[in-house]
Amino acid sequence: MNATQDPTAQAPELTPRLDERIRAALQTRTAMAVILAGLLALIVVLAIVQDVSAGRILSLTVWGIMLGGVIGLGSIGLTLCYGVLKFPNFSHGAMVTLGAYVTFAVMQALPQGEVLRPFSFGWEFLVALIVSMPVVGVVAIGIDRVMYRRLRQRNASLVLFAMASLAMAFFLRSIIYLVWGSDFRFYYEGRANPALDLPFGLRVQADQFFILGLAIVLVIAVYLLLERTKMGKAMRATANNPELAQVRGINTERVVAWTWLMGGALAAAGGAMYGLASQLRPEMGFWLLLPMFAAVIMGSIGNPRGALAGALIIGVAQQVSTAFLNPAYGPGVAFILMVLTLLIRPQGLFGGTE
Amino acid sequence: MDQALVAKSVFLAVPLLLLGLKLVPLRWALRIPVALVGAFVLALIISNLLPSGKLSYLVSFSIMAGIYAILTLGLNTQWGFTGHLNFGIAGFFAVGAFTSALFTTAAPTGVMAQYTQQAFGFEAPFLIGILAAAIVSGFVAFLIAIPVLRLRMDFLAIATIGIAEIIRLIFQNERWLANGPQPLRGIPRPLHCLFDEPSCAPGPLATLLQPLEPRDYIYFYLCVVTVLLALTYLLVETATRSPWGRVLRAVRDEEQSAAMNGKNITSFRIQSFVVGAAVMGLGGGLYAHYAVTIDYSHFNPLFATFIVWVMLMLGGSGNNKGAILGAFIIWGVWSGTAFLTGMIEPTLAQISQDLPARSAYLRWLLVAILLAGIVLYRPQGLIAEEKVVSRFLAKTGIGRGRRKQAREEEAETAS
Repeated sequence: MNATQDPTAQAPELTPRLDERIRAALQTRTAMAVILAGLLALIVVLAIVQDVSAGRILSLTVWGIMLGGVIGLGSIGLTLCYGVLKFPNFSHGAMVTLGAYVTFAVMQALPQGEVLRPFSFGWEFLVALIVSMPVVGVVAIGIDRVMYRRLRQRNASLVLFAMASLAMAFFLRSIIYLVWGSDFRFYYEGRANPALDLPFGLRVQADQFFILGLAIVLVIAVYLLLERTKMGKAMRATANNPELAQVRGINTERVVAWTWLMGGALAAAGGAMYGLASQLRPEMGFWLLLPMFAAVIMGSIGNPRGALAGALIIGVAQQVSTAFLNPAYGPGVAFILMVLTLLIRPQGLFGGTE
Repeated sequence: MDQALVAKSVFLAVPLLLLGLKLVPLRWALRIPVALVGAFVLALIISNLLPSGKLSYLVSFSIMAGIYAILTLGLNTQWGFTGHLNFGIAGFFAVGAFTSALFTTAAPTGVMAQYTQQAFGFEAPFLIGILAAAIVSGFVAFLIAIPVLRLRMDFLAIATIGIAEIIRLIFQNERWLANGPQPLRGIPRPLHCLFDEPSCAPGPLATLLQPLEPRDYIYFYLCVVTVLLALTYLLVETATRSPWGRVLRAVRDEEQSAAMNGKNITSFRIQSFVVGAAVMGLGGGLYAHYAVTIDYSHFNPLFATFIVWVMLMLGGSGNNKGAILGAFIIWGVWSGTAFLTGMIEPTLAQISQDLPARSAYLRWLLVAILLAGIVLYRPQGLIAEEKVVSRFLAKTGIGRGRRKQAREEEAETAS
């Protein structure tokens, strides 16, 4: 009705209809951020309605940030692979598990040292972590050489890559089961890990601060690598346009190998952190797969900073919602956030407008 | 001759007859009698040659393979014909199984209600139960399809993995719905009374069933599964050869030109996703009535998603015959490796003491390597998809010419 009085009415294709305008407004980054913030606020309100004390909500939020750090470590590797290789790697969860178990195996080979108070682990855990990261990275490169490179050479479709990665997920998982069995494992069986008493009734373990700190350090390292080194530049170029990168003399196979090395190493770190925070199970990586993918999509595919931001949002939402929801439904919360992202803004928080 | 063997042969003849009707290369007037006689003779030979333990093993093997074949046909509708990457078959399988179970059991009363909780129990007949399984499973698929199918194909793969996981979590944690983490017991088997007390059967059937015992019920259930498998095959095969099926293939291969020809791509995608999920739900219903007791752990990603994918990829995606063949081969490999790992157990014990207890995971490893091998070396599967599916084109010279051309093209790409 307004349009008829509007001077631009002569060019109707330039004045979008009202519903289109609403849709366009919803698809902006600001709208998406507002909706996500609203959802987080709703979760907190629901928790308050259920008579959960403010201190507990605060503690849950801090734990959620820690969980976000773990998810973030996994999803940064996942988003790099997704961006450079252009397929969703369903075996990333298995790589997370493998990292946790390799750390466990290395620790068993080392003598147990003093506990580094206030943390619950000793130096052998740190050594094992540093060893397991490149090990899993090399495993990822090996899988790429055997499977994905051949598919790349044949210009196979995306779905075949996805299926190959599903096969590799079950391959790695069955190897983990064969070597370590299906029982729960702990890095430190029965070691007390008291929570620190902080102001505002916060109860957080020192280990959890370590997890977050390590996540931040690794994210900064990835960021510097991508922005400041030649390899990072080549990686971004390959993610942007593989053919053009090749024409400019970039060895894309080397870029791919580096991507897998980084992805595998970060996944291993995430797995070891997750194992430290709870326990080791062969299914642990599979549980993290959905939150990791949700974080990747929310933060725009191929964007490491976005993946970390998405992971933090998902981690907080998962933890705070346990105040009124069965904790088993954590992956469900991540799933709802993912579907919401797909509905409102499929390119994610940090993606350009398409 | 033993009367029990004759009765068993009658039941065994049903799947063989269906197979004969499909495979005997004669005109229909001749094919029916030949298949009928051949099936019965073959059934007699099989039941006389095999000892009864092996025979029942073969029957229960075929039932499971038949149920998997239905799941594979459902997946073929989604992936083979439309290119949907559904990595959450387990979810639709579980929805079908629990729906049929809830529809056909009675709601527990009195003391039983303390041990078993379920949302409802209609005591409906078997056929209503599996029909409901298909409908509810299709409806769940519809709900998922709306937000996800408009987008890129890889998002569907991620979303379906999530959906399957959430469905499993719901059946694990919601006690009121289907008895939570505890198993749901006592799912009725259709017409089980025929085998409990032969007086339940009318006239001539009673004399046939007289020598059989209740544990021979699986022979009858094999007939149920194979008849439903044959019906599903007919339905899916007709659908894919119809104009509807051809649009699906067009949407899969050339989305833009399908849209240009006035086809509503999203609508067709949703339709095929829902139909495939309904078929999977049917498979779930059949599983529930066969297993009698079900719980959430039956529907894990390995047994209900991964193995179905291996079946379809081996048999040939896009080919319904291949889907059924793949289901039987992979289920055979899976069952066969159980004997194999049993045989190599002493060797495993020498490597490590823990290994024999974990030998089941060797079979996982084998299936995973098998799928990787198929993806790498034969992505089209054992029986490749037919390029020309229209009945009308096949009869004319154009069709035959195109078929030849398609075969030549295939030979070129393979070499």
